[in-house]
Amino acid sequence: MTNDKYTEKLMGTVRSMRKLTDAAWDMVIDCPEAAKKAVPGQFAHLLPEGNYSLRRPISICGINKEEGTLRIVFEVRGEGTKTLASYQAGDRVNLLAPLGHGFTLLPSDRRVILIGGGIGTPPMLPLAQYYGENAVCICGSRTEKAAVLQEDFAKTGCKTILCTDDGSAGVHGLVTVPLAEELQANRPEMIYACGPMPMLRSVAAMAKEQGIPCEVSLEERMGCGVGACLVCACNVYINDGEIHAAHVCKDGPVFDAERVVW
Amino acid sequence: MADLSVKICGVEFKNPIIPASGVFGYGREYAQFYDLSRLGGIAAKGTTPKKQNGNPAPRIAETPSGILNSVGLQNPGMDAFLADELPWLLKQNTVILANFAGSSPELCAESAAKLDKTDVQMLELNISCPNVKNGGLAFGADPKTAAGMVKAVRAATTKPLVVKLSPNVTDITEIAKAVEAEGADAVSLINTLLGMRIDLRTRRPILRNNTGGLSGPAVFPVAVRMVWQVANAVQIPVIGMGGVQSGKDAAELMMAGASAVQVGTAIVADPYAPLRIIDELNDWLDENGIATAAELTKTVKAW
Ligand SMILES: Cc1cc2nc3c(=O)[nH]c(=O)nc-3n(C[C@H](O)[C@H](O)[C@H](O)COP(=O)(O)OP(=O)(O)OC[C@H]3O[C@@H](n4cnc5c(N)ncnc54)[C@H](O)[C@@H]3O)c2cc1C
Ligand SMILES: Cc1cc2nc3c(=O)[nH]c(=O)nc-3n(C[C@H](O)[C@H](O)[C@H](O)COP(=O)(O)O)c2cc1C
Ligand code: FES
Repeated sequence: MTNDKYTEKLMGTVRSMRKLTDAAWDMVIDCPEAAKKAVPGQFAHLLPEGNYSLRRPISICGINKEEGTLRIVFEVRGEGTKTLASYQAGDRVNLLAPLGHGFTLLPSDRRVILIGGGIGTPPMLPLAQYYGENAVCICGSRTEKAAVLQEDFAKTGCKTILCTDDGSAGVHGLVTVPLAEELQANRPEMIYACGPMPMLRSVAAMAKEQGIPCEVSLEERMGCGVGACLVCACNVYINDGEIHAAHVCKDGPVFDAERVVW
Repeated sequence: MADLSVKICGVEFKNPIIPASGVFGYGREYAQFYDLSRLGGIAAKGTTPKKQNGNPAPRIAETPSGILNSVGLQNPGMDAFLADELPWLLKQNTVILANFAGSSPELCAESAAKLDKTDVQMLELNISCPNVKNGGLAFGADPKTAAGMVKAVRAATTKPLVVKLSPNVTDITEIAKAVEAEGADAVSLINTLLGMRIDLRTRRPILRNNTGGLSGPAVFPVAVRMVWQVANAVQIPVIGMGGVQSGKDAAELMMAGASAVQVGTAIVADPYAPLRIIDELNDWLDENGIATAAELTKTVKAW
């Protein structure tokens, strides 16, 4: 795409690029306008350089309004994320941000639980920074080496619990095990979760059983990212149980778990 | 500064670039990026008589130089469109094409009658959606059913009626001639080409609907060919679309026979695509010493 005056409005500059794990990258982007508006739970929609017809949605994992930067952490999955991983500091990056509807924030002295599964962990970081020691963050990972952002979470002062599928670190097993214990020990006022669908389904069911409000950040394949092309449908209940196809990019990615048709 | 204005069925467009139906919603999402009055027109999201939730997700897949979609005409229904969306659209100071579809000629005629009572400038009857079972392509694939549909709708409205055609047919000129004979004022083409992608790892189609409609630069040469064929087969104006990405693409489609050009997939990745294309078309006309966009239409010197 030519760099005309319109495209120019969407360009940010990579400030730093760091490899976190075998597959995950940490990119900080200078984009003052977007950083000014961003709130936790929103996402950036990045167009990789090259012959791509679609943007790639990536959650915002850090918002620095003073420096005018947004941070994203992503895993290489296919061609588009591979191209994004080749970016270096100083490169220009085409992004639409911030997009979507973020998390509901309670007063920051409330007790909350954050749950991040795999590459669903990054959007939990701004919440951990906001709630600090009042948050318990439970992260699930395949294995110790694939876990991301553990030091960043520790720095926020929140209590962190790592779960691995293979037992290489922390709790051997699913995030729902420590979640059940935490729910018993000290009832939170909100549970926030992002990760694979089966995990979100279990977390939502546990929250519902205990009558605790729960917000989940969902994934769906996207086009425009702004709510116009209607491809990113997700069924939710509206009115009296009527099922409505909402859109993850605009009505979400964060939804009240009770409204989602699991 | 070239004169970009074009006139189709008596309706004045300030320029020939129109966001295509389905990628632009009812316009509101893009009003946050720019003043919609800069657009030649807006083809609104396809609207059916009753609310439809569309097909299950995933509804989109990336393909070489294009995309597949299987939205399946999700929309809030004609009455909600008329009450909540159209009044706002009509205030945007651009030409509005109300795109509509339905599962029978009677239902489409009812929608047309409702639209006829509004101030909307043009009706775009979609008989070419490949993603819904009843309606859409079911009518657009055969000259007789297409004619029956247009006959019913024509009787319900005196507004300029554009009929949107499908490329998923053996001979698109047959369909174009059939709808012209029943009183269509213009035709628009092409809608998407039926396609499919499979995830090798899971052996599952990427689209939950299995198949979907292909659009984007991959279909551009097909669009040029079909616009050219149709423009030579009918007397009524042709609105061209399919894979337009640049001002030069728009000029090419106009040379092939289009009086105006719709832009779809390009907007999905780039909200500013229509504005960029308008500027590029203007620059190309200026560079080539051509005074008006309108004089490009149907000027290809075919061998
Ligand atoms: C709201 C949201 C937030 C996300 N946040 C993150 C994040 O913080 N970190 C991270 O690593 N990943 C995140 N993802 C997933 C990320 O978008 C995909 O991994 C990425 O789009 C894959 O692109 P690709 O070109 O590498 O893969 P390809 O398979 O080549 O992509 C082909 C097409 O499918 C789409 N696609 C493929 N997988 C997914 C998926 N899981 N979700 C949505 N679209 C997909 C691509 O966007 C592209 O349009 C998020 C997804 C959504 C919807
Ligand atoms: C996501 C999406 C939704 C669409 N929805 C409609 C629709 O509701 N009605 C319609 O007539 N065409 C619809 N189309 C077809 C486009 O209007 C257009 O005919 C086609 O995409 C070819 O143009 P393009 O290559 O510029 O996208 C849709 C296309 C896409 C990509
Ligand atoms: S991606 Fe276009 S509506 Fe969500």
